[in-house]
Amino acid sequence: MKKLSARRRHPLAAVVVLLLALACTGGLYAVFAPADKAQAEETSQSLAIDEGKKLYSVGCASCHGTGGQGTSDGPSLVGVGAAAVDFQVGTGRMPAQQPGAQVPKKKNIYTQAEIDQLAAYIASLGAGPAVPTEEQYSPEGANIARGGELFRTNCAQCHNFTGKGGALTHGKYAPALDDVDPKHIYQAMLTGPQNMPSFPDTTMSEENKKDIIAYLDAVNSDETVEPGGLNLGGLGPVTEGLFGWIFGLGALVAVAIWVAARTAKAKKS
Amino acid sequence: MSSQDIPEENLPTAQDEHGAVALADEENPFADPGLPPHEHRIQDIDERAARRSERTVALLFTLSMVATIGFIASYVAIPIDQNIFVWPIGHISALNFALGMTLGVALFAIGAGAVHWARTLMSDEELVDERHPIEATPEVKAKVLADFKQGAKESAIGRRKLIRNTMFGALTLVPLSGLVLLRDLGPLPEDKLRHTLWKSGKLLINQNTHEPMRPSDIAVGSLTFAQPEGLEEHDHDFQREIAKAALMLVRIQPDNIKDKQTLEWSHEGILAYSKICTHVGCPISLYEQQTHHVLCPCHQSTFDLADGGKVLFGPAGHALPQLRIGVNDEGYLEARDDFEEPVGPAFWERG
Amino acid sequence: MSTTTTKDARGKAPAGERVADWADGRLGIYSLAKANMRKIFPDHPSFMLGEICLYSFIIIILTGVYLTLFFHPSMNEVEYTGSYVPLQGQLMSEAFNSTMHISFDVRGGLLIRQIHHWAALVFLAGMFVHMMRVFFTGAFRKPREINWVFGFLLFVLGMFTGFTGYSLPDDLLSGTGVRFMEGAVLSVPIVGTYLSFFLFGGEFPGGDFVARFFAVHVLLLPGIMLGLVVAHLILVFYHKHTQFAGPGRTNNNVVGMPLLPVYMAKAGGFFFLVFGVIAVIAALVQINPIWAMGPYRPDQVSTGAQPDWYMGFSEGLIRAMPGWEIDFAGHTLVLGVFIPLMIFPLVLVAIAVYPFIESWVTGDKREHHILDRPRNAPTRTGVGVAWITWYVVMLIGGGNDLFATHFHLSINAVTWFVRIAFFVAPVIAFIVTKRICLGLQRRDRDKVLHGRESGIIKRLPHGEFIEIHEPLSQEQLHTLTAHEQYEPVEIGPKVDEYGVERKIPASEKLRAKLSENYYGEGHQIPKPTVDEFKEITSGHGHH
Repeated sequence: MKKLSARRRHPLAAVVVLLLALACTGGLYAVFAPADKAQAEETSQSLAIDEGKKLYSVGCASCHGTGGQGTSDGPSLVGVGAAAVDFQVGTGRMPAQQPGAQVPKKKNIYTQAEIDQLAAYIASLGAGPAVPTEEQYSPEGANIARGGELFRTNCAQCHNFTGKGGALTHGKYAPALDDVDPKHIYQAMLTGPQNMPSFPDTTMSEENKKDIIAYLDAVNSDETVEPGGLNLGGLGPVTEGLFGWIFGLGALVAVAIWVAARTAKAKKS
Repeated sequence: MSSQDIPEENLPTAQDEHGAVALADEENPFADPGLPPHEHRIQDIDERAARRSERTVALLFTLSMVATIGFIASYVAIPIDQNIFVWPIGHISALNFALGMTLGVALFAIGAGAVHWARTLMSDEELVDERHPIEATPEVKAKVLADFKQGAKESAIGRRKLIRNTMFGALTLVPLSGLVLLRDLGPLPEDKLRHTLWKSGKLLINQNTHEPMRPSDIAVGSLTFAQPEGLEEHDHDFQREIAKAALMLVRIQPDNIKDKQTLEWSHEGILAYSKICTHVGCPISLYEQQTHHVLCPCHQSTFDLADGGKVLFGPAGHALPQLRIGVNDEGYLEARDDFEEPVGPAFWERG
Repeated sequence: MSTTTTKDARGKAPAGERVADWADGRLGIYSLAKANMRKIFPDHPSFMLGEICLYSFIIIILTGVYLTLFFHPSMNEVEYTGSYVPLQGQLMSEAFNSTMHISFDVRGGLLIRQIHHWAALVFLAGMFVHMMRVFFTGAFRKPREINWVFGFLLFVLGMFTGFTGYSLPDDLLSGTGVRFMEGAVLSVPIVGTYLSFFLFGGEFPGGDFVARFFAVHVLLLPGIMLGLVVAHLILVFYHKHTQFAGPGRTNNNVVGMPLLPVYMAKAGGFFFLVFGVIAVIAALVQINPIWAMGPYRPDQVSTGAQPDWYMGFSEGLIRAMPGWEIDFAGHTLVLGVFIPLMIFPLVLVAIAVYPFIESWVTGDKREHHILDRPRNAPTRTGVGVAWITWYVVMLIGGGNDLFATHFHLSINAVTWFVRIAFFVAPVIAFIVTKRICLGLQRRDRDKVLHGRESGIIKRLPHGEFIEIHEPLSQEQLHTLTAHEQYEPVEIGPKVDEYGVERKIPASEKLRAKLSENYYGEGHQIPKPTVDEFKEITSGHGHH
């Protein structure tokens, strides 16, 4: 304790106290913050039925109406097609946890079989795009460069050059496309989830979509080569500037302090 | 009293002109005690420590040599297209990594060696240099002024006004020729910014499929980009033309279209808007299909496509121009006219 | 022939000396060296910020020359056939194509490109910090005002050199920036359209701007900058470096290490350290990956379109501006773009003219070689912090979309925050900073009068606890009381020498008012006087 009190006037004391305070606040927050997982699991326990309509009436009907006709809390699902269901439920966006500017992606709580049953039920309400087959969305043999051009024309304005996402109005956003299943990318283009416009096959052919998926696979995956090194989130000059200031200039200032510092003097005997 | 004159008593005590160091005494406890005595470093008194420093410096210089050899070896040995995985950075070019690291170490080690040498082995005794006022002494100033007056007098520039005035005239005019030469930097604007390639009867060509479109191709909530028929990517003036003619197509339920003219210029709810922002010309196409707003990714101007492209937010000053469209005899979408107003950023002559 | 020539056994001077003699006979190097070889430079880390700028400038020139060997400043369209698969077969300008070639097919080309770009970011950041160091320590005062202006011009020219260089590869991101520039030029009343057509050789984008920017980027601006850098350094040598107050350091001397050998070794070594650090960064961190952005097409764009950081504040201005556009006698006044375009230079000029305003207020015409501690010039420090705050608010505006996505905010809310903070934040920053400075001045005063708080608590016989204060050494006492304190300027006599009431010019009134706000009561804490010190130290001892 004596040591501690002797050091309380040390120039770094304030920094240490600040760090401790920050750590405590963060820890407390982590303890008290609402746990998404727990709620999701709870819902999943109640989902034991394996038939589409029953699944629907439990998980979806409260917002979309008992017959999928829509309510003030959710749009009509008549005619959205199986692809929309497979995308929304498969990426965990539906069922939505809470209303807001945008329904975020989260952990999917249904099995693929359950999703298929739900999709079949919704598809029976009205004709819409069907779930694509693997042959349709598999990027094999597609033209990556053409996909890049299409991506820059149709997608980059919201999702950024390499699919890192971006802001939309009033808190909405275009999500990052990192690690998104090719099937879900295909379905998103096909159905236009939430505020994203759709790119139906009539204006963007199946081949176009494949090219885009192939391009994304090439430039935005774990295997993507970033020849120059760390890509800083792929966000462009803002993160580059921050890095240049903090680590570039920061390192140089640290070096300058060493260069200009007095060398230690010999101890007086 | 001129505004630059300051009463002497408002300035802090006059500076000590001689730089003499006042010794501390009973009179003034704040007096400058003078430079503290020099203290020796361990290297100054212990030859073994100095040797250690010497070895460290030499080691750093040697490290630099090794790194340079490593640089050359990497340049020769590593193929340019080889990639490696470096944790935590990811997959990166092996050559860039190797060259950069070896070059960085080669340079840094030279610097570190030189600085360590200076810090530990060169004398660290602080020396004092006197300063001298930048201003000249009054004698020098008087001499210069006299010389100048003499020179000016000999040139007779003050007396022979004709020479002086014509010289200034000539010197003022001569840069004009340089200015005139800049005229051919570009053509005059004329009405070039007022017209695009669109005109009545031009088909809307889908930029994805390069095919003309039928109204049924365009679903409600979809977004499609179009360019005028006849414009090809290989064309010499493609960049210049697409910079004005780029078009986005959306389809909104006619009931949801708020503006009467917007509805009239559409075809069954298919609306064609310029893709070029009216603020400073970024391609604007962040379309939110539920709100019918488009947002500009550059400066966040927001336009309402269901309401004549009206500005809702941001720095844009006027609505997004809409292109009047219809279908031709074969059922393909076509333009009914050029844009009524200039597309893209506003300018003085826009009116 | 010099009479002091040292001779070896054969009666000949050493080779080095003979070469020096040869040069002296033609260049007079001995006289130059006499004045400069043992020139004294004070040691302080903050004095090395300028060196960071100088060295990164040299690195930029070296790497830039290398890049010109491979870069083709042409906008002719070609088809890409290089080794980067996701662009093969795409149409692009030769400028983009040759940059791809440098990045993927020239060994070490990518490294040099990245060093060039990282060094440019560090150069500008270094200049910013260097400028602020000079500002906050008052190093801009006489006789260094001209060098302040040279430094400022270097910063501004550096911004434009950076912008033109950034636009050269003709990629989708930089092309968007050039398009913005076109829109900004078009907004200029009367001549805007003509300027734009002359700049781009016709309608945007035309086929000329890369070649024109290239000439500006590699020749015109760096040429001017090189001249300014040389002039800047000559003045630093001529004026001799400033120093902080301390024992033995006066306004009439400079205390430090001699140029030869210590400073030369440290400064020379520091060049290699800077180069080494930037090379390592370029090896590890990617910058401006043009291949990911693709070639420029005026109908394509990506979200998150921002300029490099040094242009970010202008981006913030333009993003936060409301969309004003008015009809002026049949013509369009594009205020929504033109006003930010005009504020842009004003932001920079605001800090550049400050030294002249301060010298007008103080009326001090003496030379200053001892630096101020920022706390001892509270108004100046307040102005500086307010300016930085202003600048940072604009930077936040320039990145409002990334702030929105990464902090889960609404982009509209961020923009509104910037609009309000643009006016409010600098005022708050000024007031808060000034208060902090005055607080620190009080603390210095207490330290001088009562000594340093030792942290040792003592209990007196009657139970009271006191903290023991240690008296300061004379070095510390001198350092803490070395600064000068001005008195506020009074308005001159109301009547002139003949007893006639004279008209007081508005400028004089303004000056007296400003002076009061700089040096009046409550705007600086009087430093302790000798009498105060003696009374306290002799009277009751320390407590």
